Amino acid sequence: MSKDKSEYLINRKDNQYEVVIGLEVHAQVTSESKLFSTSSTKFGAEPNTQVSLVDAALPGMLPVINEYCVKQAIKTGIGLKAKINKRSVFDRKNYFYADLPQGYQISQFKDPIVGEGKVILDMPDGQKEVGIERLHLEQDAGKSIHDLDPKNTFVDLNRSGVALMEIVSKPDLRSPDEVNAYVKKLRSIMRYLGTCDGNMQEGSLRADVNVSVRKKGSKEFGTRCEIKNVNSIKFMQMAIEYEANRQVDLIEDGQSIDQETRLFDTKKNETRSMRSKEDAHDYRYFPDPDLLPLEVSEDFIEKLKLEIPELPDEKKKRFIEKFKLSPYEATILVSDNETSNYFENVIKKSDVKLATNWIIGELFAALNEKNLEITQSPISAGNLSKLINLIKDGTISGKIAKTVFEHMMEGDKDPKKIVEEKGLKQESDPKALEALIDKVIDDNREKATEFKSGKVKLFGFFVGQVMKVSAGKANPQLVNEILKKKL
Amino acid sequence: MSDITKQSLSELIKNIKDKKLSSTEVTKAFVERSEKSKELNAYVTEDFSAAIDKAKKFDENPNLDLKLPGIPMAVKDLFCTKNVKTTAGSKILNNFTPTYESTVTQNIWNEGAILLGKLNCDEFAMGSSNETSFFGSVQNPIDKDLVPGGSSGGSSSAVAAQLTPITIGTDTGGSIRQPASFTGIVGLKPTYGSCSRYGIVAFASSLDQAGPMAQNVRDCALLHEVISSYDEKDSTSIDFKRNNYFKELTNNIKGKKIGIPKEYRVDGMPKEIEDLWKKGIDYVKDCGAEIIDISLPHTNYALPTYYIVAPAEASSNLARYDGVKYGFRADGENLIDMYEKTRSEGFGAEVQRRIMIGTYVLSSGYYDAYYLKAQKVRKLIKNDFDEAYKKVDAILTPSTPSSAFKIGEKTNDPVSMYLNDIFTVPVNLAGLPGISIPAGHDAKGYPLGLQIIGKAFDEQNLLNIAYAMEEKINFKNKITDWWIK
Repeated sequence: MSKDKSEYLINRKDNQYEVVIGLEVHAQVTSESKLFSTSSTKFGAEPNTQVSLVDAALPGMLPVINEYCVKQAIKTGIGLKAKINKRSVFDRKNYFYADLPQGYQISQFKDPIVGEGKVILDMPDGQKEVGIERLHLEQDAGKSIHDLDPKNTFVDLNRSGVALMEIVSKPDLRSPDEVNAYVKKLRSIMRYLGTCDGNMQEGSLRADVNVSVRKKGSKEFGTRCEIKNVNSIKFMQMAIEYEANRQVDLIEDGQSIDQETRLFDTKKNETRSMRSKEDAHDYRYFPDPDLLPLEVSEDFIEKLKLEIPELPDEKKKRFIEKFKLSPYEATILVSDNETSNYFENVIKKSDVKLATNWIIGELFAALNEKNLEITQSPISAGNLSKLINLIKDGTISGKIAKTVFEHMMEGDKDPKKIVEEKGLKQESDPKALEALIDKVIDDNREKATEFKSGKVKLFGFFVGQVMKVSAGKANPQLVNEILKKKL
Repeated sequence: MSDITKQSLSELIKNIKDKKLSSTEVTKAFVERSEKSKELNAYVTEDFSAAIDKAKKFDENPNLDLKLPGIPMAVKDLFCTKNVKTTAGSKILNNFTPTYESTVTQNIWNEGAILLGKLNCDEFAMGSSNETSFFGSVQNPIDKDLVPGGSSGGSSSAVAAQLTPITIGTDTGGSIRQPASFTGIVGLKPTYGSCSRYGIVAFASSLDQAGPMAQNVRDCALLHEVISSYDEKDSTSIDFKRNNYFKELTNNIKGKKIGIPKEYRVDGMPKEIEDLWKKGIDYVKDCGAEIIDISLPHTNYALPTYYIVAPAEASSNLARYDGVKYGFRADGENLIDMYEKTRSEGFGAEVQRRIMIGTYVLSSGYYDAYYLKAQKVRKLIKNDFDEAYKKVDAILTPSTPSSAFKIGEKTNDPVSMYLNDIFTVPVNLAGLPGISIPAGHDAKGYPLGLQIIGKAFDEQNLLNIAYAMEEKINFKNKITDWWIK
């Protein structure tokens, strides 16, 4: 069974442990203004410049729901193939903290706006479905800054009140790799929808990771620990790895696992206890009396469905069927909307196979090296398309194309111009090539004799020499043909 | 004109419109009387010189088309007023000056009224005697050392003592109607959602409503017309068609059906309250309305329900007063220590009591037994009224189970204090409008009020019934100016 090959298990003596993971992803809703106020949500502003009276919880201030954020949450729900709840309720989650001006966070507890849904993961050994438990809307808190002053803590309320979607998965994930695929897929869906930019550096996407272990084959869940607020996929994977091993060691040692909240220390690569179940806050959830239950009509939802673009799963299917891509290629090309758009723009006027290879190969490698997103690519889809056509029509060889590509990466120049300016055009004139080849054979008489006496391997040597002399511009196919004749 | 402060709002408006009085004259008269009445302790913040300046400005270019042209008015210190200190009667907000205006007060200033100052109230409107205010008790102008009711005690005292021609209070469980009853004035708690809560320091969000307090029903109707408005800034504000309450006011209530709920005959109710109620029934009949006996079976559960729901919401609403952003802050060793000291020193005993009750009823393991159950009972109480209103247009009850009591008389007995609200809290729980009108005196000569409870959004009918009854009752408040030396 292929599945067993990739199964993530922790081995100790005779025991094999399975890791059970559930994620609570906090995704910042893409919106101009906050969930219950009109202040801007723009990232990176001077501290406390995007704070309304409501965000700072001045006396008598009241929340008013931002309809756009509601639409974004519903769209995300649709993207997760989830049930949209026509009636949802905002609750207050009460706790004291300096960066929580109201003394409570407005969230959704019993009645979230989105119910059960699912996400399909493309794993190397096939597809895996991960259940979504719910999605609810809530306010973000402000930010406490502890390192600006030795004695005081500073508070920045710019983020206070920004809309978040908390997306809770079922405990369906079984390995760090699946977590990686899940978060990426979730992010991809939300980017397609334009509901969350998924920018982890700016904190737009972070997760609480629930981890438990159990002996392989067991149907019961183990006691779980929640690792709070992990803000990169890599850290999530590291934290899971550490935490699962920690739990297994405890069990092997005959100890039990305490249900607790833990922190991941990225420097030491370990999780540490933050608070035990006994110390858990009593949040005293109750429906926020300042807000009426949120009711949306069937019509409202139907209208939003019309705004949903083609999502990665559907797009992948289309790419495979229409463009004959392999599932692997399609998965990569649909991973985000910008990449698939780029791809579709390139193939408008050029060969699909070549385009696929060039995008997945050269372009991704070059972008990766320069740490650029596809939207920042120095090479426009149009110019990549032209480059591919130059290869296709034999103007340049694949090898020369790589040189042209490198020039193109320096600035968005028309590949035709580069070929002209640098004189890189492929030499396909048989007469010119013959002259070239004659010279090479002439210069290497001994080797030519060896070849003729049976040392066939030397053929490659001659091709190389011709290419060298032609500065790579000789049409390799023709060189082969002519060489065979001449030798 | 010597007795400016004795004039009703309608008279003042008429005199200003007829140019017989200027806003400056009127404002100065109320300022002078207010200054002579410091012993009542009705004001927390006086804004007198600014008021006179505004009055002068009004007179320079008077807009007599406004509904409250150049009328001075003091308001309860629970309404946030731009650039004027707003304390909610609490030490924790003693240094707080809003940069914004509540919708209700803005509506008032938009109609030409002028702020005189901010009136004393129970701390965060939690109280029935105005004794929980950080700024001290308020005297009832009816008699020395008598409470003016609460929480809008500064407001009731100020209107009864003619320190302001009219005012606004807030009513969460009776905080307009009970003090109105104790001081012989008219007080209306509108339907929940009629007046915006934006900019009002919150006590219990699902119950709080602002409303007018006045010397008579006409004045009350006019002020209600001014303050009631739909407001997008308050998600619980309701966009219904509001009447021209003042213009449409009529004493013709012939054929109206008035319900008398048997459950309001509570044990130990003083005979004079019983007699007042009977008298009220006679007045209603005199007006040509019909009396119908009704039942509101869950009335008994209203008070305990209220004392779960209101503290629960308050415990959360008051969490923002933590010393971090504004208001009073006590120094502490660390954040938690600062919170504890700030809130222990900043809040008074009654507020702390209610925060603790509220925290308890919302806590895990108790939520279902208390808060959730209370919400269910609340629904039953509302259903009672819905049933009753299939048969009647309005309901008549006493406003309070007794007349005003002495300062200090009930401070050590919270439960007996809470019982003051027994007739008023069901109205808040059901979100209905209720009005208290003065209807007589007890043996000590203290005023007693009757409450009329209306259908939701039916303030016009409610005011009409009150107007008709007022005419029959012909109540005269006995104010001797004992506090003026």
